[in-house]
Amino acid sequence: MAGVTLRDVVKRYGTVEAVRGISLDIPDKQFVALVGPSGCGKSTMLRMIAGLEEITEGEICLGGEVINDVAPKDRDIAMVFQNYALYPHMSVFENMSFGLRMRRIPASEIRKRVEDAAAILDITELLGRRPRQLSGGQRQRAAMGRAIVRNPQVFLFDEPLSNLDAKLRVQMRTEIKRLHQKIRTTTIYVTHDQVEAMTLADCVVVMNGGLIEQFGPPQDLYHAPRTRFVAGFIGSPAMNFLDCRLEQRATGLSLSLAGGLCFAVPVSRSERYRPWVGKPILFGLRPEHITDVRDHAREDRAEFTVTMDVVESSGMETMVYFMIGEAEVCGRVETSRAVEPGQSMQLQANLGHMHLIDPATNLVI
Amino acid sequence: MSPSGKRSASFARLKLRSRGWLGSLLLAALAFGFVVPILWMLTTSFQAGDRMYELSTVWIPSAWHFENYSNALSRSPFSQYFLNSGIVAIAVMVSNVVFCTIAGYGLAKFRFPGDRYVLLVILATLMLPLEVTLVPTFLVIHGFGWLNTYQGLAGPFLIDAFGVFLMRQSMLSIPADYIEAARMDGAGELRILLQIIVPQCLPALAVLAVFSFRDNWDQFLWPLTVVSQDEFRTFPLGLVRFAEDYGSPPTEQLAIAVLATIPTVLLFVVLQRAVNRGFGLSGLK
Ligand SMILES: Nc1ncnc2c1ncn2[C@@H]1O[C@H](COP(=O)(O)OP(=O)(O)OP(=O)(O)O)[C@@H](O)[C@H]1O
Ligand SMILES: [Mg+2]
Repeated sequence: MAGVTLRDVVKRYGTVEAVRGISLDIPDKQFVALVGPSGCGKSTMLRMIAGLEEITEGEICLGGEVINDVAPKDRDIAMVFQNYALYPHMSVFENMSFGLRMRRIPASEIRKRVEDAAAILDITELLGRRPRQLSGGQRQRAAMGRAIVRNPQVFLFDEPLSNLDAKLRVQMRTEIKRLHQKIRTTTIYVTHDQVEAMTLADCVVVMNGGLIEQFGPPQDLYHAPRTRFVAGFIGSPAMNFLDCRLEQRATGLSLSLAGGLCFAVPVSRSERYRPWVGKPILFGLRPEHITDVRDHAREDRAEFTVTMDVVESSGMETMVYFMIGEAEVCGRVETSRAVEPGQSMQLQANLGHMHLIDPATNLVI
Repeated sequence: MSPSGKRSASFARLKLRSRGWLGSLLLAALAFGFVVPILWMLTTSFQAGDRMYELSTVWIPSAWHFENYSNALSRSPFSQYFLNSGIVAIAVMVSNVVFCTIAGYGLAKFRFPGDRYVLLVILATLMLPLEVTLVPTFLVIHGFGWLNTYQGLAGPFLIDAFGVFLMRQSMLSIPADYIEAARMDGAGELRILLQIIVPQCLPALAVLAVFSFRDNWDQFLWPLTVVSQDEFRTFPLGLVRFAEDYGSPPTEQLAIAVLATIPTVLLFVVLQRAVNRGFGLSGLK
């Protein structure tokens, strides 16, 4: 097993820059998820690591050695494709053993490795079948089996679950997690589903427009996003953004929002925000930090009253939607406290979790 | 389901069935048209030679003249002619299967500067009938000193433009993911072609094999051009000479014709399953 290092990697297709200079250090045994919107260069990145796409500029290292010019077959990297790419004319056993046969591993050893992998993935009784005769989830497992029998340095996954239905996706997600805990091979996992990324990965890399916006442990990305893009991309439902002004009042700093709303900035943050006084700024707060009124006493809570537009209950919790000025805002309240649409309700903003974003740079302050 | 829904569904089924009926009828008529001459050839090859023209409308011979076959074969060295045709047709078939597969793979799955023009040039050669290229091709073969040789007979047909196109088209539909997966699995390019690509385009390959065998097995004009010695005659040349030189009865000519259809039919039967799928795949004929 080995770590992967990217240094200023660029990929151009003619004049199109798909990847625009990416540096990333993936330590050995890590599970890294690449997320980002469609077309941001995730697959391109992965394919360059696999060796299926030439690297226009920069370097990719595997276990400390530059592999820019190493052919894919000599890289010792296995990839699980989005549509599995199981060879249709071969049985599951033949599919899984193909890579081993190419490497001239003795037949008895091949049989043992395939059977072990099949046992881990619970597909032993499917080994004789053709891919056509498998369900989506079984194909997914067979494709993973083909990757793990080779015992490679690195696993690459390109949106491996996107062809499965919602329930199976959750199940396979758990299975991939379990698999990684068992064999601990360095894994790079591309997905556009941020829940998948957050639940699976040790480290999440958020890409946008061919660049890395931010990378780090899932909780860091969630609680301390560094850019507006990451703040809005990570978390579901997405973070609320509101235009506001930062003002100096007699009582301290405060945010004045549309609709006459005014929130006092918690004292602990005053110093950080002071340089932006008097400037327009973007206020961001996640739905789960806009709740029904709970702790009155706390200094960092602000209460306000709004008229509900939409109320969506999912049993455990209720999402409420309302307008502040021109912007629609989402909050999360306890189901027993929710009111009917059209009625007004007092809500509480937990400003301890707020983010302020400089609209000029789109960076979180 | 609502009653009206049920009615429209059964109506649709009715329409479908009647369409199936018409189709079957049309197919039957077509099949009849194809089969009748073959049957006529078959039965007539057993008729008495001297009475053939009177009997041309009589389907079942009153007496079966099996000796038509042995007579025909003994009058002229047909076993040599058949052997020549076989050598040429098999050589052309094998060479087409090999080279059209390789060329088709290159054109379908690799990008290189000018790849589109290469394909266009290859396709352009399809527009020229043999009659147009006959003289220049003859001059080339003559230049090689290949007149009255097997390589002269087979040479111009070893790589067929249509075959290249057929293989390219059938490979285009194979997703590149298989190739990439195989590359990552550690397979070299030749192995990818043989173990991943070829097994997925067997139908097209079978069509190519049958077509190229058939086209060269009974080819007439080109052998006529390059062969003047009897030992290199292919059977169509032999058949013509047989008819002209010996004034042999047409029933015996038909006997030869019956024998001549056997190899193609055999090849078709052997490859039939793959070929039928291939016709469906490539939308040919
Ligand atoms: N072969 C190619 N030629 C030209 N442009 C390409 C090629 N492949 C990808 N691109 C461009 O590179 C950019 C990144 O593509 P990529 O496939 O990496 O996106 P992605 O992040 O995987 O998106 P998705 O989530 O939709 O799979 C896109 O703008 C795409 O149009
Ligand atoms: Mg992609």
